[in-house]
Amino acid sequence: MKALIVAGPPSAGKTAVILHVARRLLAAGDKVAAVKFDTRSSLDPELYASSLGIPAIGGLSDYLCPDHYFISNMEEALEWGKSRGADCLFIETAGLCLRCAPHIEGLPAVTVVDSLSGLHAPQKMGPMLALTDIVVLTKGDLVSQAEREVISFGIHAANPRARIHPVNGLLGTGSLGLSGELRQLPELDEAAERKLRHDMPAAICSYCTGERRIGRRYQSGNVEKLRPESPHAEPA
Amino acid sequence: MLNRLEIAGGADRAGRPEEIRGIALKAGESLAVAGPTGSGKSEFLADIEQLAAGDTPSGRIVSYRNAKGEMAGRSPAIVATLSQRTNFIMDARVEEFAALHAASLGKPGRDWAQRTADLANTLCGEPMTPESPLQRLSGGQARALMIADIALISDAPVVLIDEVENAGIDKHLAVSVLTGHGKIAVIATHDPVLILSSPRRLIMAEGGMRRLLAAAGEDRRCLDRLAGYDAALLRARDILRRGEEMREEFFR
Ligand SMILES: Nc1nc2c(ncn2[C@@H]2O[C@H](COP(=O)(O)OP(=O)(O)OP(=O)(O)O)[C@@H](O)[C@H]2O)c(=O)[nH]1
Ligand SMILES: Nc1ncnc2c1ncn2[C@@H]1O[C@H](COP(=O)(O)OP(=O)(O)OP(=O)(O)O)[C@@H](O)[C@H]1O
Ligand SMILES: [Mg+2]
Ligand SMILES: [Mg+2]
Ligand SMILES: [Zn+2]
Repeated sequence: MKALIVAGPPSAGKTAVILHVARRLLAAGDKVAAVKFDTRSSLDPELYASSLGIPAIGGLSDYLCPDHYFISNMEEALEWGKSRGADCLFIETAGLCLRCAPHIEGLPAVTVVDSLSGLHAPQKMGPMLALTDIVVLTKGDLVSQAEREVISFGIHAANPRARIHPVNGLLGTGSLGLSGELRQLPELDEAAERKLRHDMPAAICSYCTGERRIGRRYQSGNVEKLRPESPHAEPA
Repeated sequence: MLNRLEIAGGADRAGRPEEIRGIALKAGESLAVAGPTGSGKSEFLADIEQLAAGDTPSGRIVSYRNAKGEMAGRSPAIVATLSQRTNFIMDARVEEFAALHAASLGKPGRDWAQRTADLANTLCGEPMTPESPLQRLSGGQARALMIADIALISDAPVVLIDEVENAGIDKHLAVSVLTGHGKIAVIATHDPVLILSSPRRLIMAEGGMRRLLAAAGEDRRCLDRLAGYDAALLRARDILRRGEEMREEFFR
């Protein structure tokens, strides 16, 4: 089985792109399954099942940190995909913060970037973009060609190693090249003993255990404070 | 060997094979694309822009050979597109945009912002400066900047133009700055003078390439007359835009 981790900000077009690519893989005779990680709710698992007829499940992190929930369930997701006989398992992640990246050393990593997300988005996206292997650039139909070129340039500056695939999530244009590239990827489906490409934020403080009150006396564990003397705190 | 663009026909919106099975364009040639609203003109341009490989709704296959005769892959250096959109999404000033776009194409330096703004200002009414924020440009100004950007910064061997007659800019000047110098130009338009100005015209219907016509002798004679009417309309537009009144002597 091939496991693909697909990351990207909310509404970037992850599901739209996966649907087009999965349709091509299905047409080529592959068995496809999908897992969606989200925070509170998600319509994506039903969408995968109803539009493609593939097995799909969702996991909601709810009160847990979405990043931690995601990585703690990596083996379970892969085991589920294998139990369904999938040749290709799409793992769509959402709700993760831009401080982290869900990408794992040795497993193929895809990050979806929305052309509308702005000039500085590639810098702001941090390790989710910088540590990925494949970038999918969506919604190019909504901006000028020059703007697409500028965004691609920003993506290349943030991650010179990644291949960039422009894909139209509405029409599927560009999904042929992307699915061709995904088909070349090696079969890798073991997560245990592998490492995250980037560390996750610490979350061992009173708020992790449900605290909602504000004030120093309610805070314990890993607590970091604003430092007004730090060089970026005030305009020069 | 010259640059050469080839489009192999696919299917129309109903899935029927297109009547025109293929078109080839050589360096310096232009093709007008005409047809009713929704007939597939923009889709045809999008196929060329993406060098479609049977992976678009039409199933067309587009290939491009450069001057050395090599087949080129998808790359922004080959095709520059003036799309139907008339606004920028990017949050930047004209100068940042011009510098970034030039850098993204590997063409840094050379005062792109001022030159691009100057050319854009010849196409539209109220001038912009390099400091103007993109998102505050009017529809016509944004379009003028997109045209100047394509002419100067993209400077690609294939130029696609979608309805340049919109947004109240000088369409004849726009077409002349965008085309020429051995470029291949594909011009989707509803404008009779622009349609007849290309030696060949492709007629779209129901998403498919329906007919391919060469401008015949009578077409050309009609073009001269239509161009006269068109020039009169443009003169009248300028008079009215300046706040003057129309006089009957205009027609004498
Ligand atoms: N115009 C245009 N719309 C797109 C494109 N790709 C996706 N969309 C639209 O963007 C919206 C969000 O797309 P989704 O695929 O649901 O995004 P997502 O990243 O899966 O979102 P979450 O799973 O909720 O984080 C949908 O309405 C899509 O139809 C594109 O290339 N062009
Ligand atoms: N060959 C085709 N197969 C499938 N869909 C198509 C095809 N050609 C066009 N379409 C679709 O038909 C719709 C209208 O096409 P398009 O926008 O290209 O029309 P147009 O001629 O440019 O119209 P306008 O004059 O209003 O700009 C689009 O949604 C487009 O994706
Ligand atoms: Mg989704
Ligand atoms: Mg159109
Ligand atoms: Zn966490």
